[in-house]
Amino acid sequence: MIAHSFIDEAPETGPAVSALKAGKPVETAAAGPWRLMWAKIVRNKVAVVAGIIILMLYLIGLFAEFLAPALPDTSRPQFTNAPPQELRLFATQPDGSQQFLLHVTGYTMSVDQASLRRSYVIDESQVVPIGLFVKGAPYKMWGLFPADVHLIGPLKTSDTMYLLGTDKLGRDLLSRLIHGTRISMSIGLIGVSISLLLGVVLGSISGFYGGWVDMIIQRVIEVISSMPTIPLWLGLAAAIPLTWSPLTVYFVITLIVSLFGWTGLAREVRGRFFALRSEDFVTAARLDGSSERRLIFRHILPSLTSHILAVVTLALPTMIVAETALSFLGIGLKAPVVSWGVLLQDAQNVRTIANASWLLIWPAGAVVLTVLAYNFLGDGMRDAADPYES
Amino acid sequence: MQTQDVITERQSDAAAGDVVLKVQNLSLDFRLRTQVLHAVRDVSFELRRGETLCLVGESGSGKSVTARALLRILDKNGAIASGRVLLSGKHGDIDIATLNERSPELLKIRGGRIGLIFQEPMSSLSPVHTIGSQIVEALRLHRRMDKKQARAETIELLRQVEIPNPDKMIDRYTFEFSGGMRQRAMIAMALAADPEILIADEPTTALDVTTQAEILDLIKRLQVSRGMAMLLITHDMGVVAEVADAVAVMHFGRIVEAGSADAIFHDAKHDYTRRLLGSTVKLEQNQRATTHAEPAATTREPVLSVRNLSKLYGASAGWFGGGSHAIKAVDDVSFDLYPGENLGIVGESGSGKTTLGRLILRTVEPTSGTVTYFGQGEPVDVTALNKRQLKTFHRDVRLVFQDPFASLNPRMTVKEVIGDPLVVSGKAKGAALEKRVGELLELVGLDPMAMERYPHAFSGGQRQRIGIARALALDPKIIIADEATAALDVSIRAQILDLLLDLQKRLDLSFVFISHDISVVRYFCDRVAVMHRGKLVEMGTAEQICTDPQEPYTKSLISAVPNPDPRHKRMMHRTRFTA
Repeated sequence: MIAHSFIDEAPETGPAVSALKAGKPVETAAAGPWRLMWAKIVRNKVAVVAGIIILMLYLIGLFAEFLAPALPDTSRPQFTNAPPQELRLFATQPDGSQQFLLHVTGYTMSVDQASLRRSYVIDESQVVPIGLFVKGAPYKMWGLFPADVHLIGPLKTSDTMYLLGTDKLGRDLLSRLIHGTRISMSIGLIGVSISLLLGVVLGSISGFYGGWVDMIIQRVIEVISSMPTIPLWLGLAAAIPLTWSPLTVYFVITLIVSLFGWTGLAREVRGRFFALRSEDFVTAARLDGSSERRLIFRHILPSLTSHILAVVTLALPTMIVAETALSFLGIGLKAPVVSWGVLLQDAQNVRTIANASWLLIWPAGAVVLTVLAYNFLGDGMRDAADPYES
Repeated sequence: MQTQDVITERQSDAAAGDVVLKVQNLSLDFRLRTQVLHAVRDVSFELRRGETLCLVGESGSGKSVTARALLRILDKNGAIASGRVLLSGKHGDIDIATLNERSPELLKIRGGRIGLIFQEPMSSLSPVHTIGSQIVEALRLHRRMDKKQARAETIELLRQVEIPNPDKMIDRYTFEFSGGMRQRAMIAMALAADPEILIADEPTTALDVTTQAEILDLIKRLQVSRGMAMLLITHDMGVVAEVADAVAVMHFGRIVEAGSADAIFHDAKHDYTRRLLGSTVKLEQNQRATTHAEPAATTREPVLSVRNLSKLYGASAGWFGGGSHAIKAVDDVSFDLYPGENLGIVGESGSGKTTLGRLILRTVEPTSGTVTYFGQGEPVDVTALNKRQLKTFHRDVRLVFQDPFASLNPRMTVKEVIGDPLVVSGKAKGAALEKRVGELLELVGLDPMAMERYPHAFSGGQRQRIGIARALALDPKIIIADEATAALDVSIRAQILDLLLDLQKRLDLSFVFISHDISVVRYFCDRVAVMHRGKLVEMGTAEQICTDPQEPYTKSLISAVPNPDPRHKRMMHRTRFTA
């Protein structure tokens, strides 16, 4: 038989813990759901980096005119398909010493007499001084305020600075990419907003009322998601009259892309509604006398918003890819509007890829970076969306 | 830390069985986000052949992780910080604590020399394999049998755990077994490799009280006949008293007291052990009988009257001759609730007691029968109310939920949760609302300053108090408490029941108290209604039902309740009910 023994102390009042890091434990008693989610997402380093990248992309899109060294449409026929110029910090002076001078090196052009093709070679001897906040080509900020200051550019306006090279018409790829960021990033945002509106409203109705309402909405969703998207986009985009302004075309393309993007969101919202409707706290609110509207807006939707945000973040890249695909096929946005898809259109043939690979690399890189960043951020948000589990 | 021995010479000499497993100064650490939780500290115990050691403690005491550490199946963030787990063998002791995670020795010990039974048999058995194939696999792995032998042995094992028709049941799937049968199958699986040690982690917590009695009975008999050492982990002092030879009481990661069952129950030294026993034994008496004069039921008017209430599921009078497969969740139930009375509704899972509560509130629509409410001056037929009238009824008759975590909206502060019914009914706003919520919090024994906090900052017991405060917000007449204490630890349970009794005295409430736990009902209620398969089988005063039941079902139910006294084991000579 076991010996009777005991610890001769008063009972302890709490579990034994020792802090990993010095400092006071974080007080979470009065922390709302958003603060808890923030704390959780900040711990996910990948999501934070992705979030910063996306924020930067939006800032680039917002201040495109100022950040771009040139206008997207200024072409210089003497510099077609010119390779990227490298940005250097130190220049060799005539006396042989190194001195700090922000500059790029110029080109020498040679023409192949057989094919009449121009090729450019970097000429180390030509120094093109570069400055920050230089006066350059005049533009209208957000189409409203006239200005001519650019973040970076050659000191002499006649000099060239093509950090990412030029396209076949001699337009600066960097400037076009920056302006394309504005269009491509915003088309995702606007497209998803329309999807969100449709998805949340129809998903909520479907999930909350159930029954035949749910039946009809779900069948509509199934019909829509069973349609092959590319031919449908093609058909709808082809139906856009050529006389419409680029801006109108932009909005119509967004609408077309988003009309097929809401179904996944609606299903997600419906599923969550079903799960939440039978939660004890919703039953409690119903017994408290809450009306159906109050149940939805005060109790169910706030529990959903974080999930919706995560789903939206994951839906954004599909919008961006859809726009890029349409524009790449030549039925989406059209010049003079610049988007990543429009830029990629220039890189459609093998010869371009062989001779001017930068036309493919940079716009495609931008799309890949954005899609990846959105996915990582979305994953992080989905993990943080329910700070109360476990 | 000081350990005091209170043993006599005779006790220490009488070391009965040989020691099979020796745990020495075991400490387990869990890495949390910002801190290290010392879940188990300096725990030592021995398991002897043919003996049962009960590790008992409330949630968070570290009893389950201790058992898991013996098999080295801790979660990823947990680790053995120090100590030894010595399993005695032919060639000396093996220290399990130092074995490599994937070493063949450890795999041989897991399931081979130490068998494990989990709490939840549904989730620990594979749903896509037959019961038989899962046991056969264990046999082939650990005892190297061929298919035919293994099958014969499996049938024999199923016979041993008293599963009827074992040669047929061997090819059935998990979902075809009832909860008790699944646990039997789980036991058969744990016994497959003929282990020397059986670890049972809350094996009966998910089961009904009558099933619990059968399973405990079975485990005990198997253990004795096979001469196994058993480590039983439980929070229920009643279960401990029924099966334990030795007891170790855990509290916040330490064994605060250990000894023979008799010594622990009748000569407890540590304050925590006494408190634990106190709150268990306290529930063995009827609080109401001593504080409350027997209500003269016949002379008074009831406040709520239920007549012939029924609820049928799946009874579509449809084209396919429906109705034959209908399940009568509640079958022709009638009772009266008098003002200031506590009516207990007792039954096992599936007896329809929760549905009955929902029918009274009409969150589930009754199929037939009436519910009449007398609290608003003239009698109101609840079953005929429209939506708006129902809201008025819901102000008077409130529900307290079982799960204190799911029933509070985690995204609202305590003030918003408790204030919600007041806001909805337009009774209070702004400063008045704040004052009222403060009063309610004080009423349920919480600090009014905690109003701005969110539910996640509170423990289970505190959350249940918040839930009660919400129910009280609209000055109700009747409170329906649906398993309101089932999710709480035993010491918290007694506190919540005392709070409800105190509130009743102050606010003149009537309770319909739905529970599967006889001791809670006995403590709390004046009258008890026993439900079985939707029918109300017996009704009487709490004392009469608990001490002198008339119906055979009630008799079996009451006799299956474990008695927290090892000198008066109740279960071993219980009444069995077959229907």
